[in-house]
Amino acid sequence: MVKIEFLGPISQEPLKIEASSLEDVAKTLQDIEEISNWLDKCAVAVNDEMTNDLSTKLKDGDRVSILPPVCGG
Amino acid sequence: MELYQGSLDVKEIFGRWLDEESSSNYGAYIPFVGTIRAEDGIEALSFDIYEPILQSWFDSWVGRAKSKGAKVKMAHAIGDVPIHTSSYISAVFSPKRRVALELIDEFVEDFKANAPIWKYDVIDGRRVYAEDRSTPMSGSGILGKKGDK
Repeated sequence: MVKIEFLGPISQEPLKIEASSLEDVAKTLQDIEEISNWLDKCAVAVNDEMTNDLSTKLKDGDRVSILPPVCGG
Repeated sequence: MELYQGSLDVKEIFGRWLDEESSSNYGAYIPFVGTIRAEDGIEALSFDIYEPILQSWFDSWVGRAKSKGAKVKMAHAIGDVPIHTSSYISAVFSPKRRVALELIDEFVEDFKANAPIWKYDVIDGRRVYAEDRSTPMSGSGILGKKGDK
């Protein structure tokens, strides 16, 4: 199982899903109405490392973070 | 990197940073202060931070500054920060001014674009995500439908 966390303003509890790559995560999240609208503008981290590669492989226990648009300062 | 609940004590932090580097032989110390402005009826801004990725973002800037003989420091607030107080300060130290002037510009701009911090307006005690002022981080959108092959 892979844990998916939603950061900042996305009001969604963490999910645990079966996924072997970020492509699997994308397919799952695109089918969830409350989340799908966020995806085009969100960045992704795997185990706290930023990635922009959809083919990134995932293994059991990995943690995927979904980061919506930011504005510090 | 320093994180605080609520407004920053700007004078204490800048004074301490100055003391920390007093014998480091830097010729330039350029501070930046971000202050919450009163606009659109807000009483405060509020911030969420994801610390693990903020720390690695900051560490990469420490390395970038070090390669130029410089040093970066920053402090940010978590939670509510009332208007006319500070939520963010940063500084660059360098042997000569030119490096510090350029670094503070790049550092603060990249901070705005890529530090994992989320801002909310506080109006009548309620937090409203400042979506219109927020920027998608580098690499955003890979999970969206346009990312499909």
